[in-house]
This record gives sequence, C-alpha cells and structure tokens, in this order.
Amino acid sequence: MKKRIIVGIVLVVAGTGVIAQDKLVERRLEAGFVMFDRDKDDALSESEFKDLGEYSPKLKGKPQIVERLFRALDSNHDGMLSRSEYRNITTVGNGKASLEESPTSETSPSDIDAVAKPNEILSDESVAFFEKKIRPVLVDRCYSCHAETSEEIAGGLVLDTREGIRRGGSSGPGIVPGKLDTSLVIEAIRYTNDDLKMPPEINGGKLADEVIADFETWVKMGAPDPRDGQAMRVQPEWDMEKAKSHWAFQPISQPAVPSMGNHDWPRNDIDRFVLAGLKAKGLEPVGDALPETLLRRLHFDLIGLPPTPEQVQRFVQSHRLDTEKAVSESVDELMSSPQFGERWGRHWLDVARYAESTGKDVNLLLPHAWRYRDYVIDAFNRDKPIDEFFREQLAGDLLPYENERDRAMKQIATGFLAVGTKSLNERNSKQFVLDTADEQIDTFSQAMLGMTVACARCHDHKFDPIPQRDYYALAGIFTSTETCFGTAPTFQNLRSTPLIELSEKSGLPRMPNRLSSQRRSELENELTRIQRYGAFQFYGTAIKGKLTGQGLDINNDPKKLVMFVGINAKIGELKAELAGYGSDGRQKLLSVGVRDYPTAVRNPLPENPKTLEDAFAKYSGRPNHFRKISDCPLYLRGDVDKPSDTVQRGLPSMLGTESITIQSSESGRRELADWLVSDTNPLTSRVFVNRVWHWMFGSGLVDSVDNFGTTGQSPANLALLDHLAYRFRESGWSLKTLIKEIVLSRSYQLASTFDHNNFEIDPANDLVWRMSPRRLDAECIRDAMLAVAGDLQLQPPVGSVIAQQGDAGIGGYPIKSLRAPLSDDLFLSTNTKHRSVYLPIPRNAVPESLSAFDFAEPNTVAGSREVTTVPSQALYLLNNAFVGDAARRFAERLWKLEASDRIVEAFRIAYSRSPSPSEIRAVEEFMANFPSRDDDKAAWVSFCRALLAGAEFRSLD
Amino acid sequence: MTLNSRRQFLQTSGAGFGYLAFSALAHADSQRALAVKEPHFTPKAKRIIFLCMRGAPSHVDTFDYKPALTAASGKDGRVPGSKLKGSQWKFSPRGKSGLHISELLPQLSKHVDDLCIINSMHTDVPAHPQSFINLHTGSTQFVRPSLGAWTLYGLGSVNQNLPGFVTIAPPSLFGGAQNYGSSFLPAAYQGTRIGIDGRPIASAQLRDVKPLVTSQVQRSEIGLVQALHREKLARDIHNPEVEGAIESFELAFKMQSEMPKLLDLSAESQATLDSYGIGEGISTDDFGRKCLLARRMVEAGVRFVEVTHSDWDHHFKISQDLPNACKAVDQPIAGLLSDLKARGLLDDTLVVWSGEFGRTPHSQGADGRDHNNKGFTAWMAGAGIQTGFRYGATDELGYEAVQDKMHIHDLHATILHLLGLDHERLTFRYAGRDFRLTDVKGVVAKSIVRT
Repeated sequence: MKKRIIVGIVLVVAGTGVIAQDKLVERRLEAGFVMFDRDKDDALSESEFKDLGEYSPKLKGKPQIVERLFRALDSNHDGMLSRSEYRNITTVGNGKASLEESPTSETSPSDIDAVAKPNEILSDESVAFFEKKIRPVLVDRCYSCHAETSEEIAGGLVLDTREGIRRGGSSGPGIVPGKLDTSLVIEAIRYTNDDLKMPPEINGGKLADEVIADFETWVKMGAPDPRDGQAMRVQPEWDMEKAKSHWAFQPISQPAVPSMGNHDWPRNDIDRFVLAGLKAKGLEPVGDALPETLLRRLHFDLIGLPPTPEQVQRFVQSHRLDTEKAVSESVDELMSSPQFGERWGRHWLDVARYAESTGKDVNLLLPHAWRYRDYVIDAFNRDKPIDEFFREQLAGDLLPYENERDRAMKQIATGFLAVGTKSLNERNSKQFVLDTADEQIDTFSQAMLGMTVACARCHDHKFDPIPQRDYYALAGIFTSTETCFGTAPTFQNLRSTPLIELSEKSGLPRMPNRLSSQRRSELENELTRIQRYGAFQFYGTAIKGKLTGQGLDINNDPKKLVMFVGINAKIGELKAELAGYGSDGRQKLLSVGVRDYPTAVRNPLPENPKTLEDAFAKYSGRPNHFRKISDCPLYLRGDVDKPSDTVQRGLPSMLGTESITIQSSESGRRELADWLVSDTNPLTSRVFVNRVWHWMFGSGLVDSVDNFGTTGQSPANLALLDHLAYRFRESGWSLKTLIKEIVLSRSYQLASTFDHNNFEIDPANDLVWRMSPRRLDAECIRDAMLAVAGDLQLQPPVGSVIAQQGDAGIGGYPIKSLRAPLSDDLFLSTNTKHRSVYLPIPRNAVPESLSAFDFAEPNTVAGSREVTTVPSQALYLLNNAFVGDAARRFAERLWKLEASDRIVEAFRIAYSRSPSPSEIRAVEEFMANFPSRDDDKAAWVSFCRALLAGAEFRSLD
Repeated sequence: MTLNSRRQFLQTSGAGFGYLAFSALAHADSQRALAVKEPHFTPKAKRIIFLCMRGAPSHVDTFDYKPALTAASGKDGRVPGSKLKGSQWKFSPRGKSGLHISELLPQLSKHVDDLCIINSMHTDVPAHPQSFINLHTGSTQFVRPSLGAWTLYGLGSVNQNLPGFVTIAPPSLFGGAQNYGSSFLPAAYQGTRIGIDGRPIASAQLRDVKPLVTSQVQRSEIGLVQALHREKLARDIHNPEVEGAIESFELAFKMQSEMPKLLDLSAESQATLDSYGIGEGISTDDFGRKCLLARRMVEAGVRFVEVTHSDWDHHFKISQDLPNACKAVDQPIAGLLSDLKARGLLDDTLVVWSGEFGRTPHSQGADGRDHNNKGFTAWMAGAGIQTGFRYGATDELGYEAVQDKMHIHDLHATILHLLGLDHERLTFRYAGRDFRLTDVKGVVAKSIVRT
C-alpha cells in the first residue's frame, strides 16, 4: 500500500508520458526506487520495474506500456535501470524523451550513483570527521527512534548504517551526499520546516548551530560514512494485497437470485436468498408469526410504540383476508407517521454518538445540539436518500441549496461532525486540533464506512489496508475544517468556539429563551466593568515589570493567575451570552456544525497581546497553521511533537479509487462525501443495509456492524447482503423502500418459535430460520409505558431540556462562574411525557430511564446496543416512581372498564394479545390473595406494575 | 448464585422445560456478566479498596521525606523564579521498618509496617481533569472503561445481591461518571455510585431501593411477575432473557433489603465508630463513615470499593489546608486498616491510596505548592504486598521519580496482578481490536509483591 501511494502521488500519467508533479517528486522517486529494488543492487531490473508499474493506477494492467517505458529509460541497454536512468522518468513525455524513440545517451553521473555504492574508499580525515562530529550526535540524539534497536522505528527511518541514512524512510532519502537541499536529515535538523523538526523537543530539541554546521560540512564532503552493514528494512505489517482482497472491498455485483425451484415458501427475492442459505446448512424455516405478534413487531420496529388493541383487532381481520395487503397497508401507514422518524432517527443517533454535552474532563452542555437531532428525525421522515443524508452530514455547508431553510438544514446536518466528545481542558492547542480531527475520522469512518480508520493515527493500520499516510491525508481535510460546538469559556474550558448562526429567513423553530433589555444592559454593564478591571490588572502587572517580551509572567503568582483566568472566563461568558441573542431579545438561530477555514489565515493569533483576552488567545488559541485550508503533517507515532513530512489531503486508498484531487479552496469534505457514496465504493451501502438488517432482526448479516474490516465478522449470507445493497442503490438509497421490501418478506414475518434441530446447527440464528426474540430498546420500553398509561405526548417539544439550561456545565468548577453548575441529578431523573428520543442526553448523566436498559454509550459510535439483564433493572421496574406512575395511570384506564373485562384488556393493551387461561388463573389468584384490603385500586395498580415489569413487556417476539 | 443452585432454582420453579433449558444454561450463564470468573493465576487479593485523594496531595509533606529539600529551602527552584520550600512538618522514622512519615499523619503512621509506600509515581500531565481520568481509566485522550469495571469484567461479583463495584462520593466533575463507567465493556460492569462529592455521605440515598408499596404487597407482586415469566418460558421453551429476568427479580428483592442495611451504621459498636473517628461534629466524621462503609461492603462481598476524599489541591494556604485534609483522613484510614486486620480481611483485601499527581517542591506564592505530575506518592496495604517497604524514589528534592519509576499504567498492571489478573491478557475486543486497561504499556512492579 505504502508503495502504491508513493507512485500514485508522484506519477501523473498523461497519455503515455509521465510527468513529475511537485517538489516531493525527487524524494519520492527515490523512495519508490528503494522500495522496488528488492535485491538491493541499486538498479531496477525489468521485473522490478514492472512491479512498480503495477502500483501506478494508470499503468496497472498495461504491461506493454510499462515495457516500452522501461526500454526507453534503459539508455545503456544493459537491461537494468540505474538510479539516473530511472530518474529520467520525469522527463519522459516532456520533450526530452519519448517512448517512441530511444533517448540519446544522457548519462548524468549523479553523485548518488557514485557514492551510494558500498565499500567506497574513505580518507582517514573524513572518517575522523564522521567519528568525532557526526556519529556521537546520531547515537545520542537520533538512535532512540531511528536505529534497529529502537523500540519502534519512527517513519521507517534507520540512521545506524550508511545504507539506512542514505535510503531514508517513508519521506525519502535521509542524506544525499553533496546535496544539502535534498538531504532530509539536513532539512529536519535546520528546523526550518514547521512540519519536519528533528530531534524533537522530548529528545532535547534543536541541535546547536555548530553541530548543524558540522552536518552540513559532512554532507558537502560527500557524507563519508564508514558504517557498513545492511540497514534493516521496515516493512508494513500487513500484506496489502491480501488485505485488499478482503470481501468487503470487492465491488457489489448483482447476485443471481437463487432459483428455489417450485418451492412455495419464498415470497420475494430476500426469501430466496434466505432459503438458499438455510438449505445449504440443512435448516428449515419455522412457521409464520401470528398476526398479533407480527403487528406488534411491525409497530415497535417501525415506530417504536405498541399497537392499540383496536389496531391489533383490525389487523388480525384484514390479515386473514389478504396477508400481503394487510402488511403492506400497515407498513405504509406506519412509515408515513412522524413516529417513524423518531424511531429510526434514534437508531442513527446511536451511530452518530449524539449527545448534548461535551463529556470527558469538563462536561459542558451543548444547548444547540438538538437541532441535529431534529434534522436526523426529519431526514428519516422524508425518506431523504441515504447518500444525500451522508453527504449533508459530512459537507452540507458546501453543497448547493434551494432556499434559506434548505441551507440551514444542510448546515445543521454537519452537526454530525461537531457533537463528539471534547477535552475542553486540553492545554496543548495542537493536541486539541488533532484530537478533534481524530474523533471526526473515527466517527465518520466507523459510522459510514464500517472501517476503523483512526487506528492508523500512530502507525499503519495493523489489519486493514490503511497506511498512516492515508490517515493524515484525511486529517488534513478535518484540520482545514472549523468545528463549531460553542460552550462558554469558563474557568476550565480553554476550547470554546463560535456556533453556526443560521439565517433568520430559514423559518426554523427557536427556543423561547429571551434576553430582556434589562438583563442585556446588566450584562453589558458587567462586561464593561470587568473589562476595565481586567485592563487595570493587566497593565498594572505590566507596569510592575512583569510583562516581559514573552508575555505575562504570572505562573508563579497563583493568586494573580487565578484572578486573570477568572476575569478572562467571565468576559468570555458574558460575551457568549450576549452573542446568543438578537437585538429584539430573541435567541438567535444557532446550531452546532462545521465550516471550512479560509484559504489564508484571517485572524492570526495576537503576537503581542495588548489585552488580557489576547494574552489568553495567544496562550491557548488554535495554532495559525490550522486556521486555514492546509495539508496536515504526518505525526510520527501520533505524537503532536513529532511532525514528519506534510501529506497532501486526499481520500483513503484502500479501494484504489483515491485519484480524485481536492480543490485547494475547500477542505475536501465535499470530495470525501462524494467518494463515500460513489458507485465505486461498495462499503457505504453494504454497511448501511446491514445496519438496517440489524435494527430489524436484532443482529446484522455481518454481526460486527461498525467494523467491516478484516477483523470484523464475515457475512452470514454475503449474497443476500449484496442483493440488499444493490437494490438499495438501485432504489436511489431509499430507506423506506428497503424497509418495505424486508417487512414484506416471509423471512421477516417468521415466528420466533424455538426449534431444537435448527438451534443445534445455528444457535445464533445467523441464517434466519426464525425471528430472533429481542429485548426492546430503552426508549421503546419507556415510550410503551407512557402509551399504556395513556400519557404519551406525541407532539414533539421545541428544543430540549438541555437547551432550556443554556450554556452551563454538569458538576462544578472550583471558581464560581456566571452560572452555578448543574447537578447531574437534574438529568438522571428527568422525565417528561414526550417520547424518549427527546429526553436530554448529557454525557455521563444520561437519564436513568434510558441507562437502566443499556442505552447506547454516547461517547463513541454504537451501531449495536448491549443487552444485559441485571437486578438494577428489576429494582427500577419495581420501585421507580416513573414506573409506579405509569402503573397507576394504566390501572385507572382499566378501572373504567367492566370488572370482568379488565384482566383480558390489560393483557391486550400491554402485550398485544389475550391472556391464556392459566395466566388468567394466576392473576385471579393474585387478586384473591392480595395482602392489602385498604384500597380497592391498589391490587390493580400492583397487577399493572407486574405487567409492566414482566419480561414480555420489554420483549419482542 | 452458583450454577448448581441456579439449576435447582429453575428446576423447582415449576416450569418443567427439561432438557432444552439445561442445554441452554451454559449459554445463559455466559451471558451473565457478573458471574464469578476464574482469575488468570492465584490471586493475592480478592477485593480492593481504593482510597482516592482527589486534588493531588503534597508528597514532600507526607510520605516522601526530603531532607535535602529542607536544607535547600529558599534557594532557586527548577522553574524560573521559584524558590524551594522544605516541608514545614517534621518527618520521623516509624515502626519497626523505620520508614519516614510526616507528623501530619500520626494515626496512619502507627500502621507503617503494614504499608508499602511507592515514592516513584508519575503521570502524564499536570492538570486535574485529565490526570484524574487517567488514574481511573488509564487514558487521558479517549473514553475508556474504569479500573473497577475492568476488575469486575475480569473477576465477576461474589455477592449477587450487591453491586460488584461501588464508588463512594465521587466528584461529578473531572470526568464524572466516566471514572467509574464501563465505556465499551457491558454496562453491568459500571460502578454504582453512593453519594456524591460535596454532600455528607450520611444523607446519601440509593436509587430505586425503597419500595413504593409494603413488603408483603411487593412480595406478591413479584410472585405474579414470576408466574408470568414461567408462563412465558414454558411457551418459548428456550429464552435466556426470561431466565435472566426470573433471577434478576429474586436478586433485586434481596438487594433492596441488603443495600440499605449495608448503609446503616447503627449496628456498629461505639468502639468501632470511635476507631473510624465517626461522631457528630467531628472533622473525621464524614470520611470515617465512608471508610466504614467500605469495610462493610468488602465484608459483604463487594469486589471493588472506591472512596474519594477531595480536598488536596493546595495552591494557597497549604499550611492550614494540608493539616486539615490530613486530619480528616488520618484517623478514618487508620481505623479502617485496624478493622480490616481485626476481621482477618486485610490478608486478602488490597488497600490502595493515591491522588492523581503530586505537588512541586518549590513554593507557589507565599504558602502553596503547584501541580507536579513527574513525581508523587501512592501507598498500598494488605493482600500480597511487601509491607514496611519503600519502593522507588524521587530525586533528592522530590521533583521527579528517578528510581523504579511507576507510571499509572504500571500501578494498574500491578493492581491487576495482585488480583490474579494478567494485564496483558485481560482484553476486550471492540472496534476490531483487543483493548486493555494498560493499552500497550504497563509493567508489574514485581518487587513489591510478596512471594
């Protein structure tokens, strides 16, 4: 992989000629030479050169052209390409040489060719110079990361042999004798390239000027180097070709539908694929589900709510007349209700690790994150094509729009990239930039591609064909992107950002929060006062002589430091609050989201701070390099203090389709989004249809729903997966079409009946011989309780409980800020009558009604939820006031009925079925022996609670 | 509940589902996250009490005796403009081992021969939030499972009527629930919080353990729930989820009576209360109660108990505040160690004391010390450790760990080792790779393990 990239980036094939592109060419040509010179004879044989050609996207599979190219370059016709012959590749097709005619003998006896050969004869003086001036420095300052004995070799570069130092590492040759300009070691030790400074700070930082001069002298002398011996070769750990042949990277072809003869079981093609899978293993599908079971399944799967007894009754009747029509009509009705988006939107919010606070060290609220939640719900309700849905979430701000509303929705969509966890207290601003990009790469790659790309931050991916360079090509895209998540700059928050301000013409709903004119003037007065006070203190300190050229020396004056931090935080908080409201006192339409940085830095960090705020900005602001569209350096071992060479922004190469170039005026998110949903990318649609299968069957055809890499699970039925993915793309990425095809299949409509023979062969039900019994999600359990109690408020709220709180934090800060910290109890016990998707989702303080039943961990992508059965759930069901309340209201509903109907009706309401005779007996016995006679209704409340607490209430057959 | 009693229970519960249910039992048990699991090797410790000192106690004023620092007092410190500040408190050799502890901890000093003092702790950054999370999860950068969750994942829970991992009065800032969370491990391994930092533990309430109805009514309610469960199990033939539910309701019923009892200190003798420093209006009361709760919990079979004390961040008035903080914990911890010993629990209970980092040997302002992540002290007592033993050292001034350095990862590796777990084998597969508490690092400090 690494090999292919080198060639892929360097050689742009125009017609039959090859033109060198940029300044890196020299280095990379050299690296390509070294990599393919397998027998290390300092020349490329024809077969070595052909292998090299195979790694060039445009030369791949064109052996004749490669052959002609080889002959054209082999100027002395010895059947081998020396370095200098090979380097002429840059002139081929450029007038100087062509493939049609043999080039004139152009022997340029380059220094490289001459001195790179082993066993050169060295003078005593030159050896002495090396031993005295060079070797000790290499040993002392470089070998810890760049020698065969290093724990981990950085950048594939070993400096402990002559061969190693000249061959160089992944960035190119370390030393080119006689050539200061192309010797990367010289460039690195000069510290002139911001992205390549060696040795790093942790190894003592920049070398002394005399030492640098010694190295320059040495290179000019021809870099005499007595260190013989073969340099160790640092090989990528994975076998690229093998990794690339992994099933998930193969194109999706339309699989032939298995002919199942005149078997009458299948209803549609899904069934034919399922049946073929079953037959191959000797499995038989169980019978069909009872209609009442099926309707309950449809309701929970599609809208997350139980059917009413009346709906069940109607469905049972129509199902008897025409099964397919009954299901089809019911599905259409459910998918057109707004509850569909609330159910399916929540699935995506799990994947998008949606939450309304930053989590981690300083847990501050994200009071505008709910707009992204609503965007997702709306997208599912509209059946927005999933490719469009993905594009908007990665690059909505860069896409064309129809009107202001459309524009605002697309801006909100990018909230996907902004709602992740943040370490707001991170002192190192570069670290924060790269951690933010990492979180975004990790999320989008797992969520949409099913790949763990973030594993390549520190090294080439150990299992999948993702070189570290690919990671940094992507990182450049995200570091060129401004992530706007807000948060007030409180005492511990060094990382607040602006928010995205949406157009007032968008007509989007807004929170009723207002800033009264009285409050505004209070805040403004306070701001003026504190700024004056800050200036007084700032200049006071400066006048006392503590303002040095480097800034304020207050580190050893803790009281002053704390005071300054406090003043700065307060100014920030006041400004943030004032900025959140329009002049009319209404809250502005704000959202979390992302946007591109400009191509040149617009507001550089202040170099000589004149105010307290500037001083803090200088100290903690985002580095200038990352305040514009720019490529990102590769950081050795992911260490922000070890920048290596800069990697051009680009797309992952694992699919071999990365040849798209990124515009210099944009971050590259648009190109990334286009590539993600392009026809040549088989991962995105496979991963998504598998998620849908997982959400409807309880487990995916690929069980590891977030990981389609080589360490993921193999698909239980690849043909079926590809059939679904193919159909999905054919349908224009329509989720509702996909869902309907699935629910109309006989496979989906199977009973959940246990079968011993099938169980022995396929205990996990991977091949779908029945519908797996499932535990309902936390939201369904809670919503069903509200529904059964007759209390569910279907009208969605505007905003969220978090939005009502505004900018605040959970827990406390050592220094009082404007807002008192919020207790996590506030959120843990939040209960409204709205659907659960609208409950507040602060990280580390998720409402207990959700966390009790394995709510998705909102810190990372969670395509599948845990299902645990623990006593704390039973305690919640027995003793929690919310459940008690629902039981009481449920009992009140029953109380209105004839006494003789109550038990049966209760089962029909709670379990969508009538009770069995033995169940009726059990309930009657319970009623007869109820220990308390004080209150007639008490027994019914207890009975209702028992129904809610019973496992059947939260299970789906 | 053991597999046997579980079988008997299901057998006698009248469902009569026979062979199939039994064949399913193995499967169901593998799903029971909290079942007791075999450690990797014979453990020294069966349970752990982690005394977490949030705010970073000054090591040079407590457990790290630095006569050279005292001698150099007033001279330039390593940070430009700073002045070294020797401890204003007297250190003296204690017990038979003669290890030095400062006069701020007179009661704990009596237990010096039961301690292993680790003077060479270090961590990554001198900032509270990150380092506090690091101490608990081994990562500052990512959200990862906590030490307690890993322990429970590795060993399971002994007493199924109680949570296996309890944290007493944790802070809600500095990572909050992340510090006792399970992250990608199953939620069953997360810690149960009792009380919260900043509020008296005596007023702490447990969630969902107080029945809304009388015990009799609840018993009959549960009877009905279980009858419905058995009906369903009979219909479904095989349903591990329902089996688990049957069990969880029985456990819940016991848990709700056991948990409040555990928090009720009224049955403890006056002598015991006194030994922990518990009494109205006494400065040791709150932490004493927390320590006594910890003893009651480990005694009842809780695997991992964490107790937090939060007042160690002494930038300003260290001459007042450090003695106060020390006083608040000194008697309670001494009481805890005596009590554990008297009950024979210290033999297989590991007690660990640590902050998230230490403080600077130079002064900050007139009367404070700043953060120092490069050198600080932790100590252990109890199961399997070398006692009356000092491990590692900082430089002569106390700036940096220089000998037998022990990073947080090493501390975690060593703790797991004492619990019979190999930190390199305790892995969980998530997002395509095997994760561990110690990432790719961590070295067990073998020389502090008693052989």
